[in-house]
Amino acid sequence: MAGALARVIQGTKSHLGLVGPLVNISNVPVRFQQTQAPTKSKYGPLADCDRVFTNLYGRHEWRLKGALSRGDWYMTKEIILKGSDWIVNELKTSGLRGRGGAGFPTGMKWSFMQKPSDGRPKYLVVNADEGEPGTCKDREIMRHDPHKLIEGCLIAGSAMGAQAAYIYIRGEFYNEASNLQVAIAEAYQAGLIGKNACGSGYDFDVFVHRGAGAYICGEETALIESIEGKQGKPRLKPPFPADIGLFGCPTTVNNVETIAVSPTICRRGGKWFASFGRTRNSGTKLFNISGHVNTPCTVEEEMSIPLKELIERHAGGVIGGWDNLLAVIPGGSSTPLIPKDVCSTAIMDFDGLVAAQTSLGTAAVIVMDRSTDIVKAIARLIMFYKHESCGQCTPCREGVSWMNKIMYRFVDGNASPKEIDMLWEISKQIEGHTICALGDGAAWPVQGLIRHFRPELERRMAEYAACNGPSKAERLY
Amino acid sequence: MTKADYYCSVKLSRCRCCQSKFFNESIRMLRQPLTRALALKSPTRAAPLAARCQATQIQPQPDKVEVFIDDKPVYVLPGTTILQATAQAGVEIPRFCYHERLAVAGNCRMCLVEVEKSPKPAAACAMPVMKGMRVKTNSDLTRKAREGVMEFLLVNHPLDCPICDQGGECDLQDQSMAFGSDKSRFTDIHFSGKRAVEDKDVGPLIKTIMTRCIHCTRCIRFASEVAGVDDFGTTGRGTDMQVGTYVEKMFLSELSGNIIDLCPVGALTSKPYSFAARPWETRRIDSVDVLDPLGSNIVVTTRTNEVLRILPRTNEEINEEWLSDKSRFACDGLKRQRLVTPMLTDSRGNLTPVEWEDAIVAAARALRDCPPEKLLVVAGDMADAESLMALKDLANKLGSENVCTEQYFPLEGAGIDLRSSYLLNTKIANVEDADFVLLIGTNVRFEAPLLNARIRKAYVHKETDIALIGPQVDLTYDYLHVGESASIVKDLATGTSSHEVMKRLQQAKRPIVILGADQLKTPEGSALLAYTQELALKVQEKLADKEWKVLNVLQRTASQVAALDIGYKPGVGKLLQSGPKVVYLLGADNGVVSRDQLPKDAVVIYQGHHGDNGAAIADIVLPGAAYTEKRATYVNAEGRAQQTLVAVTPPGKAREDWKIIRALSEVVGERLPYDNLDEIRDRLSQVSPALVNYGNVQDNNYFAQARALAQSLQKPISGKMDVQLKQLEDYFMTDSISRASPTMAKCVQAVLKQKQSSY
Repeated sequence: MAGALARVIQGTKSHLGLVGPLVNISNVPVRFQQTQAPTKSKYGPLADCDRVFTNLYGRHEWRLKGALSRGDWYMTKEIILKGSDWIVNELKTSGLRGRGGAGFPTGMKWSFMQKPSDGRPKYLVVNADEGEPGTCKDREIMRHDPHKLIEGCLIAGSAMGAQAAYIYIRGEFYNEASNLQVAIAEAYQAGLIGKNACGSGYDFDVFVHRGAGAYICGEETALIESIEGKQGKPRLKPPFPADIGLFGCPTTVNNVETIAVSPTICRRGGKWFASFGRTRNSGTKLFNISGHVNTPCTVEEEMSIPLKELIERHAGGVIGGWDNLLAVIPGGSSTPLIPKDVCSTAIMDFDGLVAAQTSLGTAAVIVMDRSTDIVKAIARLIMFYKHESCGQCTPCREGVSWMNKIMYRFVDGNASPKEIDMLWEISKQIEGHTICALGDGAAWPVQGLIRHFRPELERRMAEYAACNGPSKAERLY
Repeated sequence: MTKADYYCSVKLSRCRCCQSKFFNESIRMLRQPLTRALALKSPTRAAPLAARCQATQIQPQPDKVEVFIDDKPVYVLPGTTILQATAQAGVEIPRFCYHERLAVAGNCRMCLVEVEKSPKPAAACAMPVMKGMRVKTNSDLTRKAREGVMEFLLVNHPLDCPICDQGGECDLQDQSMAFGSDKSRFTDIHFSGKRAVEDKDVGPLIKTIMTRCIHCTRCIRFASEVAGVDDFGTTGRGTDMQVGTYVEKMFLSELSGNIIDLCPVGALTSKPYSFAARPWETRRIDSVDVLDPLGSNIVVTTRTNEVLRILPRTNEEINEEWLSDKSRFACDGLKRQRLVTPMLTDSRGNLTPVEWEDAIVAAARALRDCPPEKLLVVAGDMADAESLMALKDLANKLGSENVCTEQYFPLEGAGIDLRSSYLLNTKIANVEDADFVLLIGTNVRFEAPLLNARIRKAYVHKETDIALIGPQVDLTYDYLHVGESASIVKDLATGTSSHEVMKRLQQAKRPIVILGADQLKTPEGSALLAYTQELALKVQEKLADKEWKVLNVLQRTASQVAALDIGYKPGVGKLLQSGPKVVYLLGADNGVVSRDQLPKDAVVIYQGHHGDNGAAIADIVLPGAAYTEKRATYVNAEGRAQQTLVAVTPPGKAREDWKIIRALSEVVGERLPYDNLDEIRDRLSQVSPALVNYGNVQDNNYFAQARALAQSLQKPISGKMDVQLKQLEDYFMTDSISRASPTMAKCVQAVLKQKQSSY
């Protein structure tokens, strides 16, 4: 039954995909008339005409011809010629916040690059090192809609006066990198980028740099180091990349999705984009729903859509029904999990999830039903972070591996209940004390677990003690 | 974007300095005057090493910003880090990775401090101050952050303090007492234990116990920034990260020992000193190194009249806080091959131990019986100014003027009459301000390692370019190799060459020329010196900075400058051919005088501390004291007088050198008029006040006069220049002390072995 339902829904979506582009172009004026009143209270589902990524599922041609038919590269020259201030303003109006996890307002970020040049070149770096477990949005863009990204690079680049864009793509994304490379070659051949890009008189190059599969290289300064050919270890900030970035030049690092939506924002207007979602959380967003759902998927939805609706509408619901839900990690592995009761009311946007003591992150929703060993699941995530810590700074290097050891004892219950508080403190000792945000990202899942599943931890310890006697960990207390 | 930032970025792209994010700050840091501890506490003559005379040019000061350290206002330059600002306020912030002479890494996180209005604590070592910033160095948040970092550092740090050589001088130990928690909650010690890391073999000098490493990366930064050997780095990620040479390899640097001092824990310790002593058992005596011409300041650590190790002592003018490996590790040579008793040759020609009286009487008889013109005095590498003075006075009293040094220097033209002709006139510390360096016939890296470190510092931080005339050697930085022929110097000086070097010399605002004194040994030496003087003066005359000195001559030994100041003739050449009857060798061990050059009946008196080349040809041996065993004056290559202090007493019957000569003079019947150190130093000051002006350098300005006197010497030259020390293996054993050192011998072996390796 569930399967059939899923098929129905998928069928609908593919249908939407087909008609998407046509609607997209013809409906622009209509959208503006339909601008919602400020007191919009219902968010989602997103109308087909409002989708930015109209080839998310690869049902259509991903090459230049297909891209052109979907409206990419349309009036790009005119957009560039409107000037950098106009583009940045449009982005500011749109309220677009970075899609890589931190949610920094993109318009503001680009405006940092508008300082008068001191003779150094500027660079745009696109972070396509999508390594966050659960996240699979950028790869869909790069393999099915690479031209959106390339056009975005050009527009973002022109907005900040960059000479070139470096797309740092995750090493594992072989097919994505090759599609992207083909698309770049097409764009060069069509004169869309390169010398006198799109006939705008602006010279802009796009380079693809393949990573070697380190999660930490998704951190912007580590990514810059990696492009420079060094070990991918985050730099100290300040100086920020906008001052001293790639090769010592002003650099902006943006997520693939952020860059890829920018042409559409420029074409359809910032106000259009801002009409989705709640204030300060505007726009559409790619959500990745994985885990114990009937139809895991990546879907573009309006921001501020309720989590429950997102799961039920697009992912076919939780396996075994909503009541079978145990917890959800709402924004990729580094965000704290939320239990079922919180899930029922959670709003999928930046502020809504902060209110739920978690974070939107990359909007990778990991659903876990009651069959999940939640402690083991979080322990596995910590093992991932332990493995991916660069080892540069103390709290992350030592703290995360220590947390990992403790977590795996918690899985068996071979620990003292007093260690739960200790683990909490350790996670707090890591959070905010490190050079980059990986330490925070490793601390949060543990904090989420302790916050919501403390009884479960205690139960396991009691169970272990009942079978094996008191844990050796009790000795220190 | 400030100009400084741009400068920084250009630097980054040139990749000379791998961690240069903050190096403009760090340069500023290095430039700040550092009040040096008054090191030499001499009751009488020895003035303490004076604080550095401030740089001649005063730069306009940017406006200072006000910051508050624990609510105390401090005014600092913009761009100063919080850590420096707190230091100005007198608050010390704990740190492991931060080191003022290295780039900022900011990875230990020990220096986290609370900054008001910032949600997260900031790394004080890296965070520049902002106007009105309020830093709390003792708030709950700050203390909690430190305690947390300390706990993490100790999680995987072994509890082997009782067997760790760093014990007692360990930053981790000290700071965990001050800032750590009072108890452990590392329950996992019962389960998985601590991390263990395999030790690395980086050569015979440095012992590694990598399990103790806290990954501060100071050694890596030192190797790549100061030593210029990019062999160190990290491999692995996260908790598996290891510091080491990527493949097992010796740390091929002449400055390698410094990473022992830099290591804040016991991961890198001294191999020769391992398990030798605890710091609280030892006495530390401030002294001066004599194994190279720079006179690096050292601390001699002793216990029970034995030199255990030598450490550098900070002197911004000379060695900063570094020390070269030979100076640091050759000290075990002070215990080997020592002359511990006076000796005379017996009837079979073997040296036999005798009493002082017999030896002195024998020596006096030889001196008395010798016609004055047949007496030859030769001073060696490590002779101190006092004994040089006394011996010259004695020879003169006996009517002989034949006092000379082993090292040669041309006497034609101005010769040694003008001090500026044979000194490092630019001064060591100023070398880092130079914007163009021309090296002529010298391998600075091994002849004066810390001078080379200064040049490298200028190269890394200031874009200074270097050119070399002479054999191509590895100087740890890129340079323009002009050629090997001495005639290039002539062409440059006479203006017949339009080589790029000439253009660079003329464009430079602060160029320097360093001539290796070894090149002056050849018959063409005087012409080479004349041309170098000509070239340097030609460049110097056009400089806007009138105080800047261009000409430098790099001497090879610690004694040479004092000897020339006192009036020794450089080189034995002609004097030896005149068939001397008595040769008095004062520590002359370089083999310049050999038995087959002397008449059969010549008597050789050797006074010195090691049974080396000199003692081997001697008929009479008078055991002297090494530099750690006497209070003596040495003048370094810049002309800076410094004194060593008595760290241990001379072994056996050995005595302080000037006293031996004084005693001898009594028996010869030509009593020298000084009975104690003060009186002989009075005598030194009569000869040259510079010899007792401890810690200071006089400016020497007679370049034009030297040029005028050298005009006639500008003859064609054609020779190819060569240097004695080309490779690292040549560096370790160059004098009687280092030749006697087993550690230095091991170094040579290890380097040769490493060279056979494919890495």
